[in-house]
Amino acid sequence: MQESDVLEVVTPALSRAAATDPNIHSFQVGDRYLHTSPEFPMKRLVAAYATDIYQIATVFRDGEAGRFHNAEFSLLEWYRVGLNHVELMDDVSALLGRVLSVFGLSCLTPATVRYTDAVSGVCGKAFDKIGPVDIERVFSENNRSYPVSIGSDLDAAMDLLMDEFVVSEFSDSQPTYVVDYPASQAALAKIAKNNDNTIVAERFELYWGKLELANGFHELCDPKEQLERFQNEQRIRVERKEKSVPLDEHLIDALSNGLPDCAGVALGLDRLMLLISGAEHIDDVLAFSSARA
Amino acid sequence: MANYNTNEFKGGLKIMLDGDPHTIVENEFVKPGKGQAFTRTKVRNLKTGRTVERTFKSGESVEGADVMDTEMQYLYSDGELWHFMDPKSFEQLAADKTAIGDSHLWLIEEAMCEVTLFNGQPLAVSPPNFVEMAIKQTDPGLRGDTATGGTKPAYMDTGAVVKVPLFIEEGELIKIDTRTGEYVSRVKS
Repeated sequence: MQESDVLEVVTPALSRAAATDPNIHSFQVGDRYLHTSPEFPMKRLVAAYATDIYQIATVFRDGEAGRFHNAEFSLLEWYRVGLNHVELMDDVSALLGRVLSVFGLSCLTPATVRYTDAVSGVCGKAFDKIGPVDIERVFSENNRSYPVSIGSDLDAAMDLLMDEFVVSEFSDSQPTYVVDYPASQAALAKIAKNNDNTIVAERFELYWGKLELANGFHELCDPKEQLERFQNEQRIRVERKEKSVPLDEHLIDALSNGLPDCAGVALGLDRLMLLISGAEHIDDVLAFSSARA
Repeated sequence: MANYNTNEFKGGLKIMLDGDPHTIVENEFVKPGKGQAFTRTKVRNLKTGRTVERTFKSGESVEGADVMDTEMQYLYSDGELWHFMDPKSFEQLAADKTAIGDSHLWLIEEAMCEVTLFNGQPLAVSPPNFVEMAIKQTDPGLRGDTATGGTKPAYMDTGAVVKVPLFIEEGELIKIDTRTGEYVSRVKS
């Protein structure tokens, strides 16, 4: 980061606002929320200084526990001004290759899988014609368990399909980038047409085998669209009878004042250590897992 | 019975699925960074013994199964039912053919067994890991055959057939591992 002139920053772990994403649950402490990612304040800094920044932050997510999940974990998050998500992928690969080489491991040329194409391929149907029923059919044809509670939640159905039929096939010996996410899963990324004229979210996820290592965006700069997405997520929280949380007005203000075109990514450091060490469970790379904290 | 949320799932938890009691064998939390979380489990049907995969949306809750393991003493069989007694309360319960399964081959009167109760009724019976039984019938072994390590079938009163070394004789007491149905050793009297 120093060599590339990326400035180290520190942002607050406690905030008045929280992630509105209905799939991410913040811990509440008094009238504050522990951050689930430093992305909001970091985007505010990029908006204010128009410069490349990074930080290593401990972040907290309620309810996440498992082989690859611990409620408290470390993210290396960085932003590059003037880069899009595709260019940022090269940045990520270069960093990953360099870190792995320190440990005598090599990083082969990454594979790329398009989320929308993969779902379409498994379902045997054009992406924009796929509904939850088609995905349920794939599960029943392959004799795999499908939770009926998914109902009409197409994004949940696609996530499960990706996990069971696509990610499970990723190579254990090289990185795989998943790109071209459905527009409905844009989160904080721009939405644009890809070169097949499909409307997709400009984001990527980096996997190594089944291990998801990083999540990157060509960052959304439009304050109006960002506010609408936050409000939509709050509506979904109400529908799901989940705790409503305050959205980050500061981020909306920062976007209104102008965020330069940029791309940002968060890399899970505990997961990276899993990869490097070959350990089976995230508990094995933590001094004390949440269960023992 | 209490309901369990997927975040309370762990190996050994007993839950109701499709009307049958199941035990969780394995569970895995699956979640893409920005997406829906799922809990993928392997569950064993306690009635049929079959293990299947079952995936839940995280946050779903499932009814618990009123299943408990209890130590009971085997009393006798009347041919259709196998009768057990709780050594503390002296309460007696009868297990049917389905609940007994193959365990009847290893049941010796007065032996302590693990009886799995579902809604208070026997669902499954596990005999002790090791039992001692007298051989009802086996062919005489030939002298000098001991070195070859050969075996012959030995028949028990319960109907069990165990492969024993050639030197073992009819009427002898032997120790058997009930989990594999294999001969362990001769019991010196």
